[in-house]
Amino acid sequence: MYMGGAFPRSESERYYPLNDKKGNFIANICLGSRKDFRNAVVAARKAFDGWAARSAYNRGQILYRIAEMMEGRKDQLVAELVKEGSSPKAAQKEAETAIDRVVYFAGWTDKYQQVFGNVNPVASSHFNFSNPEPTGVVSVIAPQNESLLGFVQTIIPIIAGGNVVVVQASEMKPLATLTFCEILHSSDVPGGVVNVITGKTKELASHFSSHMDVNAVVFCEDDSSLKKLIQENASLNVKGVVHRQVKDYYSDENENPYLILDLQEIKTTWHPVGI
Amino acid sequence: MSNVTSAVPDFRFTPTIDQVGVEERVAKLNTRSIKKESKMFALKLALSMVDLTTLEGMDSPGKVRQLCQKAMHPHDAVDDIPKVAAVCVYPTFVRTAKETLKGSGINVASVATAFPSGWAPLQSKLDEVRFCVDEGADEIDMVISRGEFLKGNYSYIFDEVAQVKEACGPAHLKVILETGELQTLDNVRRASDISMYAGADFIKTSTGKVSPAATQPVTLVMLEAIRDYYYKTGKKIGMKPAGGIRDAKTAIRYLVMVKETLGADWLNPDLFRFGASTLANDLLMQIVKQQTGVYQSIDYFSKD
Repeated sequence: MYMGGAFPRSESERYYPLNDKKGNFIANICLGSRKDFRNAVVAARKAFDGWAARSAYNRGQILYRIAEMMEGRKDQLVAELVKEGSSPKAAQKEAETAIDRVVYFAGWTDKYQQVFGNVNPVASSHFNFSNPEPTGVVSVIAPQNESLLGFVQTIIPIIAGGNVVVVQASEMKPLATLTFCEILHSSDVPGGVVNVITGKTKELASHFSSHMDVNAVVFCEDDSSLKKLIQENASLNVKGVVHRQVKDYYSDENENPYLILDLQEIKTTWHPVGI
Repeated sequence: MSNVTSAVPDFRFTPTIDQVGVEERVAKLNTRSIKKESKMFALKLALSMVDLTTLEGMDSPGKVRQLCQKAMHPHDAVDDIPKVAAVCVYPTFVRTAKETLKGSGINVASVATAFPSGWAPLQSKLDEVRFCVDEGADEIDMVISRGEFLKGNYSYIFDEVAQVKEACGPAHLKVILETGELQTLDNVRRASDISMYAGADFIKTSTGKVSPAATQPVTLVMLEAIRDYYYKTGKKIGMKPAGGIRDAKTAIRYLVMVKETLGADWLNPDLFRFGASTLANDLLMQIVKQQTGVYQSIDYFSKD
């Protein structure tokens, strides 16, 4: 697990074994609890103001740095994807695409405001403009199958827009995700901006969606009972709910600034002029 | 020698404190697990013990009135939430607080005696105390002269507290030791003893303006001083840790210390208080969490 810029252990007796395709034991993984989630939200909330206040340019530089660090540890990422069941060729492609996506969204950090922001024509003597602003703390249940590319594709647009995230990693394929956390840790990403919990969706989803200090929830699985649970819980404090269903993580449709806009709120300012 | 002076011990020979032992005892008590009904009981009890405090240079009558509203109605969205014990303000705002809190049963506490440093002539300190009492303060939080204490001028401290107690009249006197400036636990114990024998109704750790403010070891030493004083004289003195207690978990740990050191008699707002401002909201958030099972956000609780 990764939270608040540290790698804490789970509570005693809370772990689950991870096996490869043939059933050989790989590692024991922390089984995150609701308390781990609670602590992660506290860490995220603490990090939010600082991250959102950074200049867009600076956030972009940090995202580029993530991509550079991924490049440097690509072999490890590929090896772990293979352990999780990918073919070497597919693993190579997944790692390279993931790096490209980080670079892609890094470029958008100081541009999406111009594209989505607007000066509005109004009939009174006001200068009226609308700008996207980050939503806040976003909880994310990451895709279960594409452990690296799916994870990167889901969270990078969210943090590119100045939000902070608490993510549940893929339950059965957490290896590459956890290495990605180490990459984040050494890429000038402030502690608490990305917090990752390994564990079971069944146990965590209700807390991910009900916590009052979470401002939006993102999930990726096509599961109607999960969807119902999340939407009902989210109504408690009217969280934003985003259901991301991606058929093909390699298609060009994933390179898309609207993915940033999903977790932005539009703020409109009326500024008196000419009086 | 008269009986009165013989009842007062020689403060040069107060018991010395084993710092390692105190820290170990605190660590041991912190392992207590308080869950479910007992947690709910502790949270509500802690809330009823809070002295909601605003002691800023930028305070205003409006801010004080708002704080008083918070004291009377901590969180009306939930039933069965206790009121806090008192509101603590600077002397200038005593009248405003008193008027706002009228009929609520919540006390007004005022800091006095050149809070927080204590550097003022004795006469002006006494005038300040009388002013606060005239304005309607139910409780006076005085500071001791740490400068004189650290010089070893213990009789000065004794006389100072005794005179302030006299000036208080009917108002309760809390004596702030400012333990963050007393350097050693031995000094904390000695200052506690001096204050109690000189007439304090409460002893209080800190002003909140000096770091470290309230800590658990310091509080334990003061609680033990209160216990020994009770055994000797039969008088129950109150305790108020102040400053730095921000979350419900820490507050409950303090309650455990009180229970284990002084017993259940002290688990009430007449004998134990928390000096805090942010603590109240965290207690409220934990109470609502216990009731609903949903983790809460500060966004949905009024700032005081």
